[in-house]
Amino acid sequence: MIWLLGILIVMMLVAAIAVLVLDNHIAAVAAASIVSLTLSVLFVLLRAPDVAMTEAAVGAGLSSLILALSLRRLGLWRIENTVKETEDA
Amino acid sequence: MNAAELHWLLYGGAIGLIVIGAAGIVMGKHLFRIILALAIAEAGANLMLVVAGLRPDAVAPIITGGIIPEQMVDPVPQAMVLTAIVIGVGIQALALSLAIRVYKAYGTLDMREIRLKMAADIDAAAGVDDEVSQESPVGERPLELPDGVTTGGAGQ
Amino acid sequence: MRNLTSLLFAAGLAFFLLVIAARFDLGAAPMLIGNAILQEAPEQTGAANIVTSVVLGYRGIDTLGEIAILFTASLAAGLVLGRRRPEAARDADSGAVLQISAQLLFPLLLVVGFYIILHGHLTPGGGFQGGVILAAAFFLPLLARPGTSVNHAGLSLVEGLAGAGFILIGLLALFQGKAFLEPLLDKGTLGTLVSAGTLPLLYLAVGLKVGAELAGLLANLADSEVDQ
Repeated sequence: MIWLLGILIVMMLVAAIAVLVLDNHIAAVAAASIVSLTLSVLFVLLRAPDVAMTEAAVGAGLSSLILALSLRRLGLWRIENTVKETEDA
Repeated sequence: MNAAELHWLLYGGAIGLIVIGAAGIVMGKHLFRIILALAIAEAGANLMLVVAGLRPDAVAPIITGGIIPEQMVDPVPQAMVLTAIVIGVGIQALALSLAIRVYKAYGTLDMREIRLKMAADIDAAAGVDDEVSQESPVGERPLELPDGVTTGGAGQ
Repeated sequence: MRNLTSLLFAAGLAFFLLVIAARFDLGAAPMLIGNAILQEAPEQTGAANIVTSVVLGYRGIDTLGEIAILFTASLAAGLVLGRRRPEAARDADSGAVLQISAQLLFPLLLVVGFYIILHGHLTPGGGFQGGVILAAAFFLPLLARPGTSVNHAGLSLVEGLAGAGFILIGLLALFQGKAFLEPLLDKGTLGTLVSAGTLPLLYLAVGLKVGAELAGLLANLADSEVDQ
């Protein structure tokens, strides 16, 4: 039980650091939805099924959709748009 | 021993998420990453609330089959986190629409350029000239002194 | 230099939070109201899901505040984003897979969303989760055919009526001499669909309002006037 919790928490922290460190914007959105997904599994293991369902629906579903739609509006929806490109510009 | 390890593991995970989110907001160079770091900090805060309501050897606070279990987890932090998650997504949507406006107005999302351009815009709206600095403050040189004041130091 | 001070700030925040976490042992509840609610809730509200009875019964005004916050956020986002793009009506349709699966998924998402909303007082679920699923269901035709225009007037009407319904149910309790948003009607037997008084009706109003609001917000984000 504690091993499962430990693995999930390590996965969540690594994905959270990856959100800040990755270059590609689409990869950062994917890492943010990984954080939400592991968080919802963690909520199930912490005896909170209502909260887990809300986090799965909102975090891994609606939040990723809103982020992807706004990436399109911001003009960053191509694979070659990275953070370094905007720094050089 | 088991409870102590579990305690530090769960609280460490939640605090780690909050600190990663806060560091991302403060150190962010791209506006989009700052908004993502805000989302991560909110997720960490929600996790800390749910962990605070945990009880050992307890089940979820839902009654199934008419049998009421003896030990149930605290339901009040779960109700608060339910509200907080939905509010968080509303805040993210508003932040992203403001970022879209910033991109439309300035053409870039790099934080240093946005800061420079916003400072220039505010100076232009206030009517202050753009070359004002410590070395060349506003006003003509040499300053005209009021009547009856002579130059010199204190004690003259 | 800036990175150094930011890392010092993060380290200080971590130390501060760890000191707070060290004082709360896992399982030792600092507040005793959770125990009192766990014992009183099944008889007082009649809902099998105790979190639902806390969200709608014991802390109903918090839910009203959250609905207000969500309304303000989506209103502000709609104002900031602006009009629909003039060339949006001529966007190309997406592929055949997305169109056919959107047609198949739309009634399925509606059924699942309404099931989760209406069973919020029996199983994990409720207005917010079901509302998010309904918002996804109403956004799906826009993803399949980006040229269609979403009926913003209809969505606003549903949202306004649902919000007014929530407040009206609360005011009905006030007119009967009880507190605002106190649960009315018969409690019923624990665990059946028709039970817990006005709690399923409150969650239905919340679910419809959240669903319509988020669908309008998604349509605004997809269609706003900034070019790519």
